[in-house]
Amino acid sequence: MEAFKTLCGVAVPLIEDDVNTDQIAPVGLGPKINQDYAELLFLRRRAREDGTPDPDFVFNKPQFARPAILVSGRNFGCGSSRESAVWALMAVGIRCLVARVFADIYRENCLQNGVLPVTLGDHDADRFESLVVADNGRGAFVVDLEAQTIVAPNGEVFGFEIPPADKQRLLLGLDDIGLTLTQAEQIAAYEARVAIESPWQQRADIGKAG
Amino acid sequence: MAATLIDKIWDAHAVARRSDGRDLVYIDRHVLHELHAPHAFKKLADAGRPVRRPDLTFSALDHTPRSAPGRDDRNAEGKVIELLAAMREGSHRNGVRVFDLNDAEHGISHVVAPEIGMVLPGSTHAVPDSHACTVGGLGALAFGCGTTELEHILATQCIAMQKPRRMRIRLEGQIGPWAAGKDIALKIISEIGVAGGRGHFIEFAGGAVRALPIEGRLTLCNLAIEMGSRTGLVAPDDATFQWIAGRPWAPQGAIWDRARAKWQSLSSDADAEFDTEVMIDCGALEPQITWGTDPAQAFGVSGRVPDPANAPADRRAALIRALTYMGLTPGQPIEGLDVHRVFIGSCTNARLPDLEIAAEIARGRKVAPGVRALVVPGSAKVKRDAEARGLDRVFREAGFVWGEAACSMCAGSNGDRGERGERILSTTNRNFENRQGAGARTHLVGPALAAAAAVTGKITDVRKLMGGAV
Repeated sequence: MEAFKTLCGVAVPLIEDDVNTDQIAPVGLGPKINQDYAELLFLRRRAREDGTPDPDFVFNKPQFARPAILVSGRNFGCGSSRESAVWALMAVGIRCLVARVFADIYRENCLQNGVLPVTLGDHDADRFESLVVADNGRGAFVVDLEAQTIVAPNGEVFGFEIPPADKQRLLLGLDDIGLTLTQAEQIAAYEARVAIESPWQQRADIGKAG
Repeated sequence: MAATLIDKIWDAHAVARRSDGRDLVYIDRHVLHELHAPHAFKKLADAGRPVRRPDLTFSALDHTPRSAPGRDDRNAEGKVIELLAAMREGSHRNGVRVFDLNDAEHGISHVVAPEIGMVLPGSTHAVPDSHACTVGGLGALAFGCGTTELEHILATQCIAMQKPRRMRIRLEGQIGPWAAGKDIALKIISEIGVAGGRGHFIEFAGGAVRALPIEGRLTLCNLAIEMGSRTGLVAPDDATFQWIAGRPWAPQGAIWDRARAKWQSLSSDADAEFDTEVMIDCGALEPQITWGTDPAQAFGVSGRVPDPANAPADRRAALIRALTYMGLTPGQPIEGLDVHRVFIGSCTNARLPDLEIAAEIARGRKVAPGVRALVVPGSAKVKRDAEARGLDRVFREAGFVWGEAACSMCAGSNGDRGERGERILSTTNRNFENRQGAGARTHLVGPALAAAAAVTGKITDVRKLMGGAV
């Protein structure tokens, strides 16, 4: 996983609550193995009823062609657990999301991919959102994970909280599986113990064994 | 110390504390599906890592197969679904059993896993699908996960998580006629909202839950994710044990006796503390229906469409957008709206009792002109059992299409989709914009309201149709 230290770029405002993963990366168009995730991103919302691009949708505006940060409302990423809803944002360059609240599975999927999920307190969020809307893709926002700050183009500094373990994981770009496998002996010991204590848990088709 | 059921199952599966403070929680059964697993198999192979427990890992093919009879690897639009071949290849290479299209145990994983006895009370379960929570209805702790987490489980048989907060939702009172598990779930979501359970696991408790048949509890837990909670469960009881006993993969004989004795302790201690407690009165609950574009926008079928003018200012724009998308006018009754499609299926409501309820309404009636009605059983076994009872004939004679088990129109990922502007009564779990087709208007309901709409062509209060008291 790519480490996250700092990020500098345009912030795209999608100030709505409950933006779900069916919107972010719809699944219903013939899912395939070598998916172009950038093409999936807000596929349905980017188009008008006649199929032509909707010039009013924020991701169709030229100043947001290569954003670094997405700013949204409450419960961002609710719905399906599909990780393509993170990959689609990454495919256009987004590495940091700022929202009032993230859906649980979506937030985890962000951490798994080196994408920084930032939540601001309501007061800061109001101010930050209005700055991002007013900026309209002109300036660069700077995210510094070590310092836990986002600096707006006008110099205003927004601090944010993040659990220390999540911060470390992003800063180091840790290989999650490698980290767990350092404890493989404990996993094996658990399996051996449970196979005796509760054998039905360690054998899926124990009924067939008689 | 007093513990909740969630704590008991979590603690029994906590293998170790990882250096970053997360618990490694052992996964007893891991079921994959074709939308996400091929990617994870490839990443695992690239890293040279084996699947740790292929014997506890299973592959379902449920999201993309078409529901029409005589099917092969092509979807409803005739395109070959390359994910199916990739899924078989990755599974075979890693020694993972596939529930293939023509297997007796094929179906939607969340339906198959309980019905064959793969999922047991007090066990942990993971699926790269947010509706993994369904099997919480048996008293299991189930995790929906993303693709990278799925890869982690393949390699380690554990999920790395911090224990969330615990919520108890007590549901009391006797629900009204033609209401069932789905209606209780929609009622909860409409009260606590689509993020109400965020950061929590939910235990559903109370008399209204105890009174639900096991299939109804599976439906209720299926919708925990629509409450914002990663999972939900119901403490197992004698009804649960009876339901599981004798299923093909479930323990038998002396091991069954040992297991059952252990399962008796699977309930929250009387003085266990929950981080959040919610009480909802389900007395005389009427059949519920969603009117908007998220599952919290639900009310009883006698309801009238809300007026955005009466909503808090910060919710008004979203409400107007929902009503515009759904083609609704503030204040109008939901009853009487023309319906174009009806879908009875999905991991939410495609088990045998769901189909029996729908068939009771369809029997001797005809699908209304202009309505396309589709019934897709949740598994090959549900289909066989329904056919043994003659339900397929009831549906066919009424003019419903009787399909092969698959996720089908729930997310339309197999090509079964509605058209722009069509009003769909659907027994599924998400009424998001465009989910069942670009511009399609989804109303979530239980099987009773779905069947009533199919035979009348309108959103209809099933209690009036079937001649009961309202």
